[in-house]
Amino acid sequence: MLRFAEGIGRGVVRGVEEVGFAGALFAESLFWAFAGPARRQPVRLPAVFAQMMQIGIEALPIATVLAATIGMMLAIQSLYSLGLFGAESFATIGIALSVVREFAPLIIGILIAGRSGSALAARFSTMTINQEVDALRVIGISPVRFLVAPSLFAMMIMVPVLTMWANIVALTAAGLMVTASLEISLAAYHADVLAALSVNDLAHGLGKSVLFAAVVALVSAVNGALADGGAEGVGRRTTRAVVHSIAAIIMVDMIFAFVVTSG
Amino acid sequence: MTDRSDTRASEHLQTQAAAAPVVEVENLQAHYGERQVLHDIGLTVSPGEIMVIMGGSGSGKSTLLRHLVGLTRPTAGRVELLGLDITRARAMEMMRLRRKLGVAFQGGALFSSMTVLENVMLPLQEHTQLDRKTMEIMARLKLEVVNLAEAEAMMPAELSGGMLKRAAVARAIVMDPALLFFDEPSAGLDPVVSSALDDLILKLRDAMNMTIVVVTHELESAFKIADRITVLDQGRILLVDDVAGVRRSENPRIQNLLNRRSEETEVDARSYLRRLTGEAPLAPVLHSEDSGVS
Repeated sequence: MLRFAEGIGRGVVRGVEEVGFAGALFAESLFWAFAGPARRQPVRLPAVFAQMMQIGIEALPIATVLAATIGMMLAIQSLYSLGLFGAESFATIGIALSVVREFAPLIIGILIAGRSGSALAARFSTMTINQEVDALRVIGISPVRFLVAPSLFAMMIMVPVLTMWANIVALTAAGLMVTASLEISLAAYHADVLAALSVNDLAHGLGKSVLFAAVVALVSAVNGALADGGAEGVGRRTTRAVVHSIAAIIMVDMIFAFVVTSG
Repeated sequence: MTDRSDTRASEHLQTQAAAAPVVEVENLQAHYGERQVLHDIGLTVSPGEIMVIMGGSGSGKSTLLRHLVGLTRPTAGRVELLGLDITRARAMEMMRLRRKLGVAFQGGALFSSMTVLENVMLPLQEHTQLDRKTMEIMARLKLEVVNLAEAEAMMPAELSGGMLKRAAVARAIVMDPALLFFDEPSAGLDPVVSSALDDLILKLRDAMNMTIVVVTHELESAFKIADRITVLDQGRILLVDDVAGVRRSENPRIQNLLNRRSEETEVDARSYLRRLTGEAPLAPVLHSEDSGVS
């Protein structure tokens, strides 16, 4: 029993330490972004652009497929469930709000956690184990400025961009189902969508996506920095990074929704 | 070659003895969790000297190196490099000091996403305002020094073990550091490549007047390059002396190390059985002198 309690206690302490570490990485990344140029040690823009390509542009095909599928699935479910009450005409409002406020940021967040978060965690873990991070430090290069900050900023830029793209694709795909089912024109559907949405709804979804991006980048960086134990350690840390990222995204989503809607 | 090296060594010892030490360590202590791994380490390295830190596996030499290069903070004690106490230095002071240090890691630690030339150029890109052409020329010069000019466009994954280490040396010396650290330069290399790397270390000291600290467990290499040797055992310094002094030492643990003998441990049958059944801790491992286990 005592050993069980000790195990829980250790886990909690380790979790708090890792959250603190992630906070420190975020603060140091901001420090280098603002103070780096004055110290002739800027965050390297080519590295940020390279990461933006990997995280954003190269993810466009799979993001498009997922967003279209989610849009169609939402349309089918909305038309069916509202049809039970003879209220199919309200489906557009439900779809528009669900996609923009919830589904697009959540799906893109989970996609980025699985695709880019795992790649980042594997890369950072390998670099830690191969002493490349130590090499950066002895050369006098901050690993946070050189590795973490470019990935963090690239994610915080590209995840909202992907989310915006997913909004457009999902709503268009849903529109194909809705227009066919309700026998209305696509222009009328788009007009309904625009009438249903406000700038607040858009800001809600995009704001969340920025938080999800930061969560994925920081969780991956923390796991990469704490890696040990060779190839097995890389695999363990990568899996852990993906699982923790997705769990953190869902929790942040709930907290964000609670805070924003209760305010 | 050995005579010449011995002469150089004695010259260095005589002429640099009075100069301020480049490395000064006092009462250094380090722990991994509850376990103490370095006990009151004290040593100095004079300008232009090659100091070899030698010891068996688990003796604490790699831990000591991490403390010497500022990768780990000690539990207690002081490490002074080029006049700066790195245990109390501020980040910007450390940043300035780092430009005067070079470290060649055991596995090379080259950045796998960059070519050899880009790896060697990186410190110049980060610490100087030179134009790219000049940086390329300087990086190529260092690659020439380590006989690796033909590999500048290769990726680290394409290099052999010896080439990786030489590329790591080129990156470590590209800023012309005053102080250079090597972590196990000969580990995993065949005798010919290992000997060539030893010659390179001597060349760096002689031609570029660098102070060099080498961590190794390779006796032949240590005896070839060292001006002085620090022998570590179980986190404690057993001896600091020149090559002849180490050879002459009558300390049984040093003799074991020199003669490649493992510790002989008296173990009675009952306690051996208790270890096998897990009732007692496995360490110390049972070795016999002629078992061939080292």
